[in-house]
Amino acid sequence: MSLYEILRHFADSYGLVLIFALYLTLCLWHFRPGAKAHVEAAKHSIFKDEDDVQ
Amino acid sequence: MEAVVRRLGGWAFVLLFAIIAIALTPDSGFAIHMGIVGLAALIVIIATLRSYDPLAKAQGIFKMPPGPSRYDDDVIRWGVIATMFWGLAGLLVGVVIATQLAFPQLNLEPYLNFGRLRPLHTSAVIFAFGGNALIATSFYVVQRTCRTTLAFPGMARFVFWGYQLFIVLAATGYLLGITQSREYAEPEWYVDLWLTIVWLAYLAVYVGTILRRHEPHIYVANWFYLAFIVTIAMLHVVNNLAIPVSFLGAKSYSAFAGVQDALTQWWYGHNAVGFFLTAGFLAMMYYFVPKQAGRPVYSYRLSIIHFWSLIFLYIWAGPHHLHYTALPDWAQTLGMVFSVMLWMPSWGGMINGLMTLNGAWDKVRTDPIIRMMVLALAFYGMSTFEGPMLSIKAVNSLSHYTDWTIGHVHSGALGWNGMITFACVYFLVPRLWNKPRLYSLRMINWHFWLATLGIVFYASSMWVAGITQGLMWREYGSDGYLVNSFIDTVTALHPMYILRAVGGLMYLAGAVIMAYNIWMTIAGKQRVEAPMGDTAHDEAADRPILSEPQAQPAE
Repeated sequence: MSLYEILRHFADSYGLVLIFALYLTLCLWHFRPGAKAHVEAAKHSIFKDEDDVQ
Repeated sequence: MEAVVRRLGGWAFVLLFAIIAIALTPDSGFAIHMGIVGLAALIVIIATLRSYDPLAKAQGIFKMPPGPSRYDDDVIRWGVIATMFWGLAGLLVGVVIATQLAFPQLNLEPYLNFGRLRPLHTSAVIFAFGGNALIATSFYVVQRTCRTTLAFPGMARFVFWGYQLFIVLAATGYLLGITQSREYAEPEWYVDLWLTIVWLAYLAVYVGTILRRHEPHIYVANWFYLAFIVTIAMLHVVNNLAIPVSFLGAKSYSAFAGVQDALTQWWYGHNAVGFFLTAGFLAMMYYFVPKQAGRPVYSYRLSIIHFWSLIFLYIWAGPHHLHYTALPDWAQTLGMVFSVMLWMPSWGGMINGLMTLNGAWDKVRTDPIIRMMVLALAFYGMSTFEGPMLSIKAVNSLSHYTDWTIGHVHSGALGWNGMITFACVYFLVPRLWNKPRLYSLRMINWHFWLATLGIVFYASSMWVAGITQGLMWREYGSDGYLVNSFIDTVTALHPMYILRAVGGLMYLAGAVIMAYNIWMTIAGKQRVEAPMGDTAHDEAADRPILSEPQAQPAE
């Protein structure tokens, strides 16, 4: 098997699964039980500076 | 003092190098470019030597508030001015080339023909207007959201002025006929190397500022900015891998050949759309829309899904630019499938932006800046629907190489990138120059409607033109010959080309009104005008009905 074939078979099997798992982890990470407070804090963080007139 | 001498020596070396290059090169375009580099070095040397600060004088012209402000805003003010200047220049060239297509006599050989002005237009609006807007807003947002000042102030100034030198070298190069002939990556090897240095400095300033933040969270807008900076660095370096013919000449040849070269180019080209014109501008959206609306983004978690989906999907969509070419069929299909998948996160992001106004929809009526942002988001949604549709191979067989593509690009660029940038500049100028408000809100209203109508003229004329073109190209007669010659299609499109130029002119007129508005705001003037959100108020009727004593019936 050529290097090209080894790489492309890796890409459409293990590579695909790994990247898809990584994508799901990154997306769902902020839905974990302890995340709610962090998400809320980050969401409102842009309104904390007094330099801007609101 | 020692540092000053060392710096002077460095710039003198650059100047000497430029002079030697001018003397030795047989290439006149390269000589002119080295002249520009030498001139830039000379300006820096004179400024350092005479300890005369031309910047301070120029800051006086633009009435920039002196002294250190809470944040390092000086370079951002310059970025806003550069955004306005390059925006006007790029739109003007756009109107010129639109008119050239309708009236070919306007092609002035050799420097001002369509072939040379077209990359000048695309680079001026994308990299000069959009790029300066991104640099300025990213420095503004990263400081505010991290509650700290810029990490390397000197390097931040180098990023701004170095980027302007890149723009000048690129723009003059196009007029002189210096080009790599790679769409949106036209600058030659030495300009590419310069941009690489500037961009790495930009990355260093940005990451450095995030690292010294006083805020536990990195707000999602910074994720988008960082993705934009990192990905553009990667795309730029890989796509511009080239071998110069001579170190004393402009010409170079790509490191790739054939279909690999084409795929690399469109991997770059589409991700320039995805990460320069989408991720970077989404960063602006995720900070400035909530700020202007005065309420947090609708769903922070949705913005994170939006982010990771764009990162994971966009990078694969490039092959849709090469449908029905020598590119392997599976790669074309891959590009198509990923483009169609991109529709969902894009609409998720649009909905997230629009729903931020939930409960404050009255602001669309009373606040023209919010209205611009809403229109920008609507066009983001429209062009991210049209794009996946055009990437479907059956649709693409009709639309490819026609003006439909041009219409699609402009509904995205004028509608989404242009409008969100204008809204951000309107947001920034009063804050950066310490003014209570803009010169005129009603002028924003004029700008809004001129721009919106301009886009409608542009996009609809290009839809008609593109579909006409596509259908005429593929029309066969009963004897198996093509019915139309190429010139037949050109004649058929002529009215549409004139309408397109009219649309562009309206968009430019809106930008001119904006420039005047910004200029007067910086000058410290306020136009006397009726407020936008005036509702009728009847003072006499505005009181409780008191029960009046009943007339007593006669006994």
